[in-house]
Amino acid sequence: MALTILQRLFQMLFVMFGISVLAFLIFFATPGADPAARIAGRNASPETVAAVRANFGLDRPLPIQYGLMMKRLFVTRDLTSFVNRGQRVIPQVLDAAPITLCLVVGAAFFWLVGGVVLGLLAAALRDSFIDKASMAIALVGVSIPAFWLGEVLNLVSQSRFHDTWLFAWVPALGYKPFWSDPWMWFKTLLIPWISLATLYIGLYGRVLRANLVEAYQEDFIRTARAKGLSPGRVLIKHALRTSLIPFITLFGLDFGALVGGQALLTEVVFGLNGIGRLTYQSLQTLDLPVILATVIYASFFVVMANALVDVVYVLIDPRVRGS
Amino acid sequence: MIPPVANPDPTDPILRVGGLTVSFATDRDPVTAIRDVSFDVNPGEILSIVGESGSGKTVSLLSILGLTDPRTTTTSGSVIFKGKRILELPDREMRRIRGREIALISQDPMTALTPVYTIGMQIAEQIRAHQSISRRGARKRAVELLGEVGLPNPSEMVDRFPHQLSGGMRQRAVIAMALSCNPALLVADEPTTALDVTVQAQVLDLLRRLRKDFGSSIILITHDMGVVGEMADRVLVMYAGRVVESGTAEQIFDDPWHPYTWGLLASIPPLRGPRPERLASISGTPPTPANLPPGCAFAPRCRFRFEPCSNPPPRYKDDGHTALCFIPPEDRPRLRATVLGGERSAA
Amino acid sequence: MPLTVETSTSIPLVDAHEIALEPVARQEGPWSRAWAKFRRDRTAVGAGVLLIVIVVASLLAPLYASQIAHTDPFRSGLSARILINGKRVPVMQPSTQGLGLGVTPIGPTWGARYLLGADTQGRDVAARLLYGGRNTLLIAGAATFLCFVFAAILGIVAGFFGGIVDLVISRVLDILWAFPVFLLAISLSIVLISQALVIGPFTIGAGSLALPIVIIGLVYVPYVARPVRGQVLTLKNSEFVLAAIGLGIPRWRILLKDILPNVSTTLIVFIPLMMALNIMTESALSFLSVGVQPPDASWGTIILDGESLLYTRPAVSLAPGLAIVITVLALNLLGDGVRDALDPRSKLRPR
Repeated sequence: MALTILQRLFQMLFVMFGISVLAFLIFFATPGADPAARIAGRNASPETVAAVRANFGLDRPLPIQYGLMMKRLFVTRDLTSFVNRGQRVIPQVLDAAPITLCLVVGAAFFWLVGGVVLGLLAAALRDSFIDKASMAIALVGVSIPAFWLGEVLNLVSQSRFHDTWLFAWVPALGYKPFWSDPWMWFKTLLIPWISLATLYIGLYGRVLRANLVEAYQEDFIRTARAKGLSPGRVLIKHALRTSLIPFITLFGLDFGALVGGQALLTEVVFGLNGIGRLTYQSLQTLDLPVILATVIYASFFVVMANALVDVVYVLIDPRVRGS
Repeated sequence: MIPPVANPDPTDPILRVGGLTVSFATDRDPVTAIRDVSFDVNPGEILSIVGESGSGKTVSLLSILGLTDPRTTTTSGSVIFKGKRILELPDREMRRIRGREIALISQDPMTALTPVYTIGMQIAEQIRAHQSISRRGARKRAVELLGEVGLPNPSEMVDRFPHQLSGGMRQRAVIAMALSCNPALLVADEPTTALDVTVQAQVLDLLRRLRKDFGSSIILITHDMGVVGEMADRVLVMYAGRVVESGTAEQIFDDPWHPYTWGLLASIPPLRGPRPERLASISGTPPTPANLPPGCAFAPRCRFRFEPCSNPPPRYKDDGHTALCFIPPEDRPRLRATVLGGERSAA
Repeated sequence: MPLTVETSTSIPLVDAHEIALEPVARQEGPWSRAWAKFRRDRTAVGAGVLLIVIVVASLLAPLYASQIAHTDPFRSGLSARILINGKRVPVMQPSTQGLGLGVTPIGPTWGARYLLGADTQGRDVAARLLYGGRNTLLIAGAATFLCFVFAAILGIVAGFFGGIVDLVISRVLDILWAFPVFLLAISLSIVLISQALVIGPFTIGAGSLALPIVIIGLVYVPYVARPVRGQVLTLKNSEFVLAAIGLGIPRWRILLKDILPNVSTTLIVFIPLMMALNIMTESALSFLSVGVQPPDASWGTIILDGESLLYTRPAVSLAPGLAIVITVLALNLLGDGVRDALDPRSKLRPR
């Protein structure tokens, strides 16, 4: 057991190292252009470029450049932006992180509840009209790009129907901190949550339905029914409980990916200043140090989320526990 | 309303199945997997149902228990359990019988238990579904049951997960679960097929003991004639969804009527005497329910088929022994001797 | 958004008996059976027909632009005027909202010209939609192809040869898997889009369509390669391959005759789903302005063009979005049908 954990930890560190090297190589060693000019931003003066070169040690060998970069990201945490004249990058990233987390955690709540309800309903009423209709709607949900759905929701709630009772409550775009006004916080995030969750509700509903239908072919479901249990108990305690295992894996991957940048477009569309929007704005100004920092922080979050899934796995699947 | 049936008598059969027919909906036409199956199970009796895989043994029992999928399966005929017509019972009432009065022991103990719960929890779950008993009481009962089925160290085993047990131990746990409410009828679907030979013997011993100690009736599904010989009071031979022969164990072993039964018996290696060059086998494969031949379903594989076999065969009956075959009684011993050798003919 | 796959333990399209009995004719059976099954699936066939219609329509884009709309969708038409109800109307109309300053492009005319209205530069949205479809479908298709070539090679090589080769490939895939897809694409775009990329003899110009193709093609390689590797591993240990090894059949022959046909089913089932995913990714990247570069159009860039007009001329954003939804939906339906036809027992399912 201890060996497994150690192995997993080592694997995690290796992947993190690999990602940082890959990101570093993309930014500093792509053939064709001078990384100093790139970091300095658009139309930078020769002095700035020279300063960047000295600052990042760009005249030294690549491994040393890499070491310097990592040191500034994690140890001294004094990586600065040149486009924004000396703005510290790491605090910016850390400030943006809670907003992304709020967005993703809220959406995750919606999509877990929605996905489970949808999947259970469809599986329980298998082959009925409700099953077919809800699966068709789920498939449509899966086919809508989340950012475009966000735009459509904005169009409806901010403009076309904003003056009706239906959407009069919708506040202007942007993020309001939870601590200053929790109700406002909730109102600003509700539509982003729905827009982000729609795709995943469809996805998870479909996956769960398929898993449940498959579970009903299993012998242990037959045993459970032969025991005289009620259909509800068979569905929830036996079929759903065993189907949750692959479900959790998916959830871990998606949650990690969303926090690690997949929610970027939703943040942009709704004007939420999370990590994604920070990356987006840096992309507009070609502010490389910020992008490098967000990329590396975000991928580390993905790796961590994946490791967390392994832990949850052990908790819900006794078969993993023993061996 | 469920039509009333005469009051049960303790010597009456505990289960009477009459004209059971089961068909499945498929992509094309519905196919009939079970046709006109009838049998009785008397109190304290072990009835064995034998046949190759796909002969409909399992399906007929699942439909008796109401465990087939009602969306794809239609069941007709009558099933009377303790004087009650159970096919027509609403699900709510059927659930009260399932697990409490009729318990199922599944074929493969590896997959019959829900992997994410301890065996103790799964046994207690069944007890609590039928009796009002505290969680702790149900657990205590689960430990007792595990001890009764001969699981070593039951108070520790009760907290084990299925994957932590060997196949034999799991099958014992499944049996303990089936016994948890002292069912009047145990349905064991090939309970030993997935087990090692030594463990098989132990499990069969256990079933025999159950019958003795609790007086449960047992329906034992198997394709192993050896198991049948060891366990059964009466035998039902199924082929392609029909009962082709039925009778007491003596009748079936000493004076089998149907060529299919002969084939099954011939496939048991003899324990004494010279070893045969090769074991007899029945050539060909059983038909699928979708393309049954007209007439006798066994005819295409039968060494003794003659013209009438293309018509539906008659059922010969004599003293509770029945067979679905055209071969007239006087020809049986002679024909049988060509399959089984002379010494076995006519007890 | 990505695809999940739990590779089923065996997908015996070709099983041991068929190999033993009819080594020549064995491929015909499963494929024609799958095709017959697919043809009966009306939803999937309908989705396929719809996709063909979409592809043909976008291929006819130049014809629409020159013959029907009489416009050049890549040149701004700020001063253009069109005839509506006998009156000549400017495409860029004086704004009625706010201070009345500035101009708003004309809305949908539902006529031959400016069917869906104009964008901020006075270009015909309907014509650009068709041209955009060409780019979106081209990029998604080419990226899918690229992704499958890489993924099949990596997955098969890793699974079949095992050992150190497998170790290296698997670790690289692990890293790529954990790298957030959009951020990887953004990182690659940001360094590549501003200048041409020179790799040996190949030069990919800035703003070339090849760039989004390569980026999108690469980022999803692990999503396909990992299940392929898993399946090859299972197949390698399956009895019919072990039997073939036992019979002394050379390894390349086993690879070609036993493993490839089985893996190809998995890959085919994946194609529509991957294509759908790539269309989504392309539109997202183009919306972030790191995909297709102006003046070229794709469905994503048109949504971006329409963003500033969202409340005044929503059609500009809505039309390409709907095009994406319909195309992706059709691909998903087709994917379901292909999966059911080829491999009904597989656990592979769209995500």
